[in-house]
Amino acid sequence: MVSNIAIFNSLLKGLAVTLQVLGYSVILALGLSFIFGFLSLSKWKMAKIVSHLYIEIFRGTSLLVQLFWLYFSLPILGIQLPAMLVGVLGLGLNYGAYGAVVVKTSIQAVPKGQFEASVALNMSPFRRMRSVILPQAFLIMLPTFSNLTIELLKGTSLVSLVTLSDLTFQAMALRSATMETVKIFTILLILYFIVAYPITLAFRWLEKKLSVGRG
Amino acid sequence: MWSWDFAFSILPQLLQAMVVTIEATIVGFVIAALLGLLWTLCKRSPFTPLRIAVNAFVEFIKSTPLLVQLYFIFFVFPAFGVSLSPFLAGVLGLGLHYSTYLTEVFRTGIDAIPKGQWEAGSALNFSRVKIWTQIIMPQAIPPIIPMLGNYFIVMFKETPLLSAISLVEMVQTAQMIGSASFRYVEAFTDVGIIFLVLSYPASLIVGVINKRIKQRFGQSI
Repeated sequence: MVSNIAIFNSLLKGLAVTLQVLGYSVILALGLSFIFGFLSLSKWKMAKIVSHLYIEIFRGTSLLVQLFWLYFSLPILGIQLPAMLVGVLGLGLNYGAYGAVVVKTSIQAVPKGQFEASVALNMSPFRRMRSVILPQAFLIMLPTFSNLTIELLKGTSLVSLVTLSDLTFQAMALRSATMETVKIFTILLILYFIVAYPITLAFRWLEKKLSVGRG
Repeated sequence: MWSWDFAFSILPQLLQAMVVTIEATIVGFVIAALLGLLWTLCKRSPFTPLRIAVNAFVEFIKSTPLLVQLYFIFFVFPAFGVSLSPFLAGVLGLGLHYSTYLTEVFRTGIDAIPKGQWEAGSALNFSRVKIWTQIIMPQAIPPIIPMLGNYFIVMFKETPLLSAISLVEMVQTAQMIGSASFRYVEAFTDVGIIFLVLSYPASLIVGVINKRIKQRFGQSI
């Protein structure tokens, strides 16, 4: 019989890893979303093709396949990455592809008149994007980004399958050590919910705050 | 390093496993659609406690990882006397998880039906069952077919998770090939390509259907 405190402690250790993976991969995915989102809107044909390939390859093959590919295949090809990096890279690349589509469609959803007006006002392309288009596009992106962040959080549980000791990994280890299956997995589900819910609330708050005075 | 011969030689084995992947997707999708519809109906119930309970349940399932839910069904249910095979546990988990997404899809479809349709139904003295089956559903379903199609593709790409509860589908097969020959690169690359070859055309088809339905119904949701 293992005490509840011992179970809780090792789950908390896993939670720290899960949050770390989540943090890093959100940053990577966000960066990739904007880079490839902008590239796919570029006039330069090569950039369009590159971003199209990136988006379709990473959306079209499954996240777990990508993680396993990075984990098992790269060492054979001579590249040895730590498990943490594999997890962050896999999650970031996968969700970055979904995010790139969101960035692209949100910018396209800004009314054309906004674009024309800023051209008529002789704004530089950079100024146009920064002061007129992006603030409006960002508001359109927010609800989808909120969903994607929750999807990413759920996706972090997959890193347990490439031996990173996250929340799910710790739970599986505890299961084989203590056989207290019911208790462990119930706590596990609740812990994930406790992480997810504030994220949803935070996005709702941000959306409300940013849409003030925007009819 | 990379062996074309090996990559081709394992294809038949992987394609055989692909059948299991597709079966799991189809059965999972049917479960998701049925449960999703059930949640949608419950959320419209006049009985408030039921509405609150279903809303909370859906929110909880949607916010927690599918992988953990699969473990829960596979490892915790036996403690209560329900032992399921990997396939059954897998499609049940997959279906339950995605039912929480499909309920939103059904809701948008049903909400788009003008109020007059409901009123006309009751004015003509249709029973509640008849209003649903003869008036509302036939109008609510066609516009959401593309969205259902998208979720079908999403579920297809989530089936590799079923390998974690020891279902021998494509990823599990690739892993077995990899550990036997230590040729992981070919095995996982093949699996990735099979996924891409199936899901990319499928998403193009959904796009075409979406266009057709937009033309026919004037607007899409």
